[in-house]
Amino acid sequence: MTVTLPRILDPFVSLGRFALLLARAFRSVAELGRYSKNIFEQMVRIGIESIPIVALAALFSGAVTTVQTAHQLVSPFIPVSIIGAVVVPSVILELGAVVTGFLLAGRVGARIAAELGTMRVTEQIDALEAMGLNSVGYLIVPRVVAGVIMFPVLYIVACVVAIAGGIFVGHYTGEVPAGEFIAGAREFFRPFDAVFGLIKSLVFGFVITAISCYKGYYTRGGAEGVGRATTEAAVTSCVYILLADLILASTLL
Amino acid sequence: MIQLRDIYKSFGGTPVIKGATLDVKEGETLAVIGRSGSGKSVLMKHMIGLLKPDSGYVLVDGVDINKLAYHELQKLRRNFGVLFQGGALFDSMNSFDNVAFPLRSFSKKSEADIKRDVLECLDMVELPDVGPKFPPELSGGMQKRVALARAIAMRPRYIMYDEPTSGLDPETSNVIDQMIKSLAVRLNVTSVVVTHDMHSVLTTADRVAFINEGRIWWVGSIPDLHECADDTLINFVRANEYQIGAGGASGNRPHQSVVPRQTN
Repeated sequence: MTVTLPRILDPFVSLGRFALLLARAFRSVAELGRYSKNIFEQMVRIGIESIPIVALAALFSGAVTTVQTAHQLVSPFIPVSIIGAVVVPSVILELGAVVTGFLLAGRVGARIAAELGTMRVTEQIDALEAMGLNSVGYLIVPRVVAGVIMFPVLYIVACVVAIAGGIFVGHYTGEVPAGEFIAGAREFFRPFDAVFGLIKSLVFGFVITAISCYKGYYTRGGAEGVGRATTEAAVTSCVYILLADLILASTLL
Repeated sequence: MIQLRDIYKSFGGTPVIKGATLDVKEGETLAVIGRSGSGKSVLMKHMIGLLKPDSGYVLVDGVDINKLAYHELQKLRRNFGVLFQGGALFDSMNSFDNVAFPLRSFSKKSEADIKRDVLECLDMVELPDVGPKFPPELSGGMQKRVALARAIAMRPRYIMYDEPTSGLDPETSNVIDQMIKSLAVRLNVTSVVVTHDMHSVLTTADRVAFINEGRIWWVGSIPDLHECADDTLINFVRANEYQIGAGGASGNRPHQSVVPRQTN
């Protein structure tokens, strides 16, 4: 018999179902070769198609950070190259990964949840299973793998564009000449920062795709259910990005 | 042969199936009838392991399908073709690719052979030219027929139909009913038709199982159905009496195709 649990335990029930789905996904990784076409397709959808919006957001956040840092450090005793030394690490450590993460929680997370949610409510997932196909291996694994591979790529794009944006705006507003900005950035550059940023983006890629797949896969209740799953996927992903960000920063730095 | 034994199933504390025992015999077409929400589809989904019973068991060819490892269950499911209520075509693919999908996933056939098989399946559902069309471009009836073509692509031994005629106009419903009937003979399959459409039942089924209050209330052949004295079943059938009445208590099949069909 099914036991009806009190509602207060709902979060634990969700966590349990999420863990079970992940376990099933990990077991399905063995079949990865069968779904290589899907992975490639998802890498294009999740990764390549996200480049324009990620670049745009990165360009502006890099530019704004530079202008605001310049504004905060107005003093004849501070060399302007410090601006580069402040902007570049903040982009690499935090902005590059987190801004990209938030953006993709909306763009990628919502899309995955809506897609899988619609497939669930129109019985397409049941149809896959009824045919004898592993729906988790076919639908979820390629999306998560594509996310984990492509998020670091998008992170690199974001960092490059954001720093370029910072240099450009700093230079043309006259706040900091490009040469000084770069000299400052190089002087204080620590390679581990970039590694840390890459790790973050990889984790965010996993968090967003896994949560969104989970929300979409277990959608219930027609169009309204799909709407709810989509919203929950984006919001929950954002919350867990913040949490993961804090955990990573406090353990790895 | 599919055997359901004392199946219980509840959702979120609400019992839907309360002890269902039912046999689907080799080669027959069994109609599972009952009111909307009576658990007909739920029962059908148990037969392919899409749902697991809270208690009781399901035997397919003597094997308890809920004791199988997942990959064994997957293998077993390839003996089944399922026509879902809304068709459940993959809307990311056109009709041809939908029908080809199971073949590409499971058979080692060449693309040329697959093409031949797909066209043959689309022919069987009398839609030879819809290959390039995407599901949203097709009418509801056509979607169901393409879905039926996909269901038979792997030449299953069992075909499950979930409300095959719901939401369709009477004429299209007749076409689907005739297809169910002819496929059963042509492909020599065992079919389960979940429906509340008595016209469909009388056209397609050899036997009928009536679900009521979560139990298998009545099981019997079509002639038995006409003789049946159970009030609950009679009331259910009466709701469709237009068809039954005009079809005659004799269950005279050729008659029924000209009987006006009640649309819901």
